[in-house]
Amino acid sequence: MTTLAMTVSDSLTITRRNLIKVKRVPDLLVFATLSPIMFVLLFRYVFGSAIPVPGGLSYAEFLLPGIFAQTVIFGSTITGASLAEDLQKGLIDRFRSLPMAPSAVLIGRTVSDLLLNVITIAVMMITGFAVGWRIHTSIGEAVLGVLLLLTFAYAMSWVMALVGLIVRTPEVVNNASFIVIFPITFIANTFVPIDNFPSVLKTFAEWNPVSAVVQGARELFGNVVPGAPAPNGWALQKPVLYVFIWVAVFLAIFVPLAVRTYRRSAGR
Amino acid sequence: MTDAIVVEGLVKRYGATTALDGVDLTVAEGSVLGLLGPNGAGKTTVVRILTTLLLADAGRAEVMGLDVVRDADAVRASIGLTGQYAAVDEYLTGFENLEMVGRLYHLPKAEARTRSGELLERFDLVDAAHRPAKTYSGGMRRRLDIAASLINRPRILFLDEPTTGLDPRSRLAMWEFIAELADGGTTILLTTQYLEEADRLADRMVVIDRGQVIARGTGDDLKAQVGGQRLEFTLARAVDLAEVAQRLRPLALEDARTDEQTRRLSLPVRGGTEALAEALRLLEGSGIEVLDVGLRRPDLDDVFLTLTGHAAEDAAPADDAHAEPVATAGEAR
Repeated sequence: MTTLAMTVSDSLTITRRNLIKVKRVPDLLVFATLSPIMFVLLFRYVFGSAIPVPGGLSYAEFLLPGIFAQTVIFGSTITGASLAEDLQKGLIDRFRSLPMAPSAVLIGRTVSDLLLNVITIAVMMITGFAVGWRIHTSIGEAVLGVLLLLTFAYAMSWVMALVGLIVRTPEVVNNASFIVIFPITFIANTFVPIDNFPSVLKTFAEWNPVSAVVQGARELFGNVVPGAPAPNGWALQKPVLYVFIWVAVFLAIFVPLAVRTYRRSAGR
Repeated sequence: MTDAIVVEGLVKRYGATTALDGVDLTVAEGSVLGLLGPNGAGKTTVVRILTTLLLADAGRAEVMGLDVVRDADAVRASIGLTGQYAAVDEYLTGFENLEMVGRLYHLPKAEARTRSGELLERFDLVDAAHRPAKTYSGGMRRRLDIAASLINRPRILFLDEPTTGLDPRSRLAMWEFIAELADGGTTILLTTQYLEEADRLADRMVVIDRGQVIARGTGDDLKAQVGGQRLEFTLARAVDLAEVAQRLRPLALEDARTDEQTRRLSLPVRGGTEALAEALRLLEGSGIEVLDVGLRRPDLDDVFLTLTGHAAEDAAPADDAHAEPVATAGEAR
């Protein structure tokens, strides 16, 4: 078998294994989708009345792309926590003693978490429709919007994979990623317009890739005011390009780093 | 006979502690080697290096003539490993676990499935084959783990403490499975803390302590070094220990070992049941209350005490930092 064929075959085997867990522990998926639904409802109805959006856009239209982004980014912590769990239970030792492709466990893991994110986005979109969010663009653009969200989340999964392999305790992965992911998803245009942020936070938010993901998704779903002035800064004017640069950089750094760490990771 | 495993001058350090300090050993093809030692002696480190999971700092190791570092992939394809804790995916059924491992050994799908079915039958897991491994008992998990390591019909099998934590019945069953594999010609390297286990399964033994080989040979060789049997008494009162030791002195091969906390006394003797009868006569009329008395063969503790002058459990593990959390994790289950 060629190296490529082996990597594909082994990664598929691992993906299948991970998805069996989702099937056997449905609570996993239930809670992974219930919390974003709760977020949609809370922000839409509790904060929505107090948060003004410029240009007369409804808050639901403004909010949903933000919720999509935040949720898929939070979803990437599952990658780290699951790998830490596999390390703890000795499964990584088992895999490493097999003549399989060294990247397959990580590829299989990130791919199954990507599929999980697809389901999550679908559930959130349905919830969004129920609370007044709409897509105003073509199907092609809307699909691109979903791909933008998924691609960024996929790159984040590789970052979290490295974290999980280093930290090695699922609970710690969750807590550690929380203190990073919370600020990067909140100091952004996710829930509120950034125009009134204090200056340091505003600059951070303008160059924060999460802002670009949200801005890109808003544009691709048509959740922006037509003819509104362009946002400040290159990153938010060309959000899709900016996001893909981040994705490329993340993958170029974290894929080799995570695979290297995996090959050296000792179990317990 | 050729050697299936050759280890020369293996050294492994973790920071300031030395886990392995120049270990040499060989395992003849088709034989079983028992690697004996207390917790933290370095047994698992040897297994991890031989199974390509860990890199040694010095020395070399070959498995089937393949270098474990340079030819790591080829080594992985020809070995099976069962680690200290059953590495099974608890969300997958027994069958799914085996099929997955078979696929990762790159067996064609049909073969992986047939082989999984065979192994489930062989390891008495047919009834549980389609239940998630989560529902399995400790013994069942361990059997599933061994089954997984056999899916590719490896010629060399590494078993790291295969019966630790099992109840006596599961342990006996596991011994039978291992003996069967050995009879079938599989070369086995088995680590254990129990002399009895190595004695029963291994052709030859290597005893390691603090990362160094302190004895090697057959079970009989080792027991000849230790000698005799042990008389063991448990007393009602710890204060009587000294008097019992005093009264039994004529029988003793060496000084008695006493433990105030458990109120136990262990005495090396020769002559088996006769020594036991004689000991009871010597205690007659002393008024000392004996709760329990027994005769047993030397165990690893006795081997250690004789060879190193310290008991196995105070062996001050060389890779302590590494071994301690492992022990806790195991007990937590």
